[in-house]
Amino acid sequence: MQMSRETLRTAYRQMRTIRAFEDAVNRAFSSGEIPGFVHLYSGQEACAVGVCMHLDDHDYIGSTHRGHGHCIAKGCDIDGMMMEIFGKAGGLCGGKGGSMHIADIERGMLGANAIVGGSPPLAVGAALTAKTLGTDRVAVAFTGDGGSNQGTMFEAMNMAVVLKLPVIFVVENNGYAEGTGVDYAIGSRDIASRAAGFGMPAEHIDGLDFFAVYAAMAEALARARGGSGPSFIESRCVRHHGHYCGDPQGYRSKEELQAARANGDPLLHFRARVGASALLEATELDTIDAEVEQQIAAAVVRAREAADPSPSALLTDVYLSY
Amino acid sequence: MSKKTFRQAINEALHAEMQRDPRVVVIGEDVAGGAGGTGVDDAYGGVMGVTRGLVGAFGRERVIDTPITESAIMGMAAGAAVTGLRPVAELMFVDFIGVCFDQIYNQAAKFRYMFGGKAKTPLVIRAMFGAGFSAGAQHSQCLYSFFTHVPGLKVVIPSTPYDAKGLLIEAIRDDDPVIFLEHTKLYDIEGQVPDEAYTVPFGEASVLREGGDVTIVALARMVHVALEAADRLAASGIHATVIDPRTTSPIDEDTILESVTETGRLVVVDEANPRCSLASEIAAFAADKAFFALKAPIRRVTAPHTPVPFAPVLEAAYIPNAGQVEAAVRQLLDINADRKR
Repeated sequence: MQMSRETLRTAYRQMRTIRAFEDAVNRAFSSGEIPGFVHLYSGQEACAVGVCMHLDDHDYIGSTHRGHGHCIAKGCDIDGMMMEIFGKAGGLCGGKGGSMHIADIERGMLGANAIVGGSPPLAVGAALTAKTLGTDRVAVAFTGDGGSNQGTMFEAMNMAVVLKLPVIFVVENNGYAEGTGVDYAIGSRDIASRAAGFGMPAEHIDGLDFFAVYAAMAEALARARGGSGPSFIESRCVRHHGHYCGDPQGYRSKEELQAARANGDPLLHFRARVGASALLEATELDTIDAEVEQQIAAAVVRAREAADPSPSALLTDVYLSY
Repeated sequence: MSKKTFRQAINEALHAEMQRDPRVVVIGEDVAGGAGGTGVDDAYGGVMGVTRGLVGAFGRERVIDTPITESAIMGMAAGAAVTGLRPVAELMFVDFIGVCFDQIYNQAAKFRYMFGGKAKTPLVIRAMFGAGFSAGAQHSQCLYSFFTHVPGLKVVIPSTPYDAKGLLIEAIRDDDPVIFLEHTKLYDIEGQVPDEAYTVPFGEASVLREGGDVTIVALARMVHVALEAADRLAASGIHATVIDPRTTSPIDEDTILESVTETGRLVVVDEANPRCSLASEIAAFAADKAFFALKAPIRRVTAPHTPVPFAPVLEAAYIPNAGQVEAAVRQLLDINADRKR
């Protein structure tokens, strides 16, 4: 697939932004600055970016509890996200959502979702809106291997096929649902083949390879926009961190963890690929790294210094009957 | 204005709103019926015939028959609502809430608050409920307290054809998720219903009868039971005010409290199981806010704390009746009489 240098730079910048964002969140969480709990997306950057680079603001995505990467890839404001995670008034949800509920409806980001398997039916609904109103919008349902075992996923897939809706199911198989491995928890060991059984095109791809994700999404998107209904992509990737920030990960061997970081890094894969084919210079990429690093550091400072929500916000944005 | 059934009133509301707003769609199992079959279209029009005729008027693109897949129905409706449609999703029997509640109480109900006020979820979920057909333990329950407990949901429980039409139109035009509950035993009752569209506001109780001796608050089918009891009591000179809250979230506390302040006695009639019920809730706020006006304890007339039985004789014993309501009122009056002696 032919890609311009500009597209490649954008892809790399987005992936680097996600990585730097998560590294910063990891540090801030570890130092006690972030309340609650967070789930880091590092290692899966190629999935979010490879998919969302095809989408416009008016397309929709539904996300997961591990949703920072999807938000960034869909164009959510970095400062607004960081403030939300810090629980500040200036956050994208006014501090009422937090890491697991970042949403930006105007950008088609229908929310990170703290219920595993929660968002596929919602994305199917967004696709129904597109079909009913006759727009060419599409919806993407991001889920993990854990979510892929939920009944909501099966119901959403069948509904999408029955109603021929413009939705793309993207399952990021990072090898673990919390602390349980996919080889144990996925009975058939093949999530895409299950999806194929629902009657839609389904494939598994190397989710560490941005180019593979980008190409698979291009095909799925063409089907969705062209009125041919849903598709399914199982993107096999690696989770660099634990299930949650601070997870000691006793369920993974030291060797596996080391290998995950060393061999399972989509940014390193990307650099090697564009370097080998002389598409981008390493120095260009280094410049992006430095710019992103600065941007994220500034976002942390702004979030740290931002105002807390006013206590009166407790009672707004909901009907109160008492 | 003409005489119509509760069923017709709901059908008219759906028809009128679908006509008015192309974003209104009806989603559910057999809301038309006949898709993929060898017989006729609109074979069911909803299992109780409530949505009959809509598919003929608006087509299958807007009257969407689904597989039996309640999580996907509710989730799809929520996702559609937050992105610009105004879906009316049918759960069929409210008892089926167990297989799809997450999409309602964790998803749809919370979008607006959780996303800092930036999301609207104009979704109506219709479901029938209630005992009286020997439909057994999984098709007869009154679960409105589940929904009333959840911030972000509005809950509507009409008792007359007039209210059913006006409240459903109000629900469809509301920007929050609304649970609209229809008692199965009310579908065939008749009442005067205007032909044109109109709304009945949420949070305004209906006072169906006024009397100075006791306040009876009742919901849905129990409103009719309460009115029957009030008739019997009137024959012996005891006069009851009968109040139908019509919506339980928001609930019109003021009308109930004003009446209790006047009568000094409160009986709440609720077909639901008693623990953590609407009956308990209404009794609680009356005790809290009208305590010094009370001349006697508050009485709750409810179903027992059992599943709904199948056998007609058992089911009849399960459902609160006018005799029980009458007895409860007389007991309260006797307490005062005893005190005076």
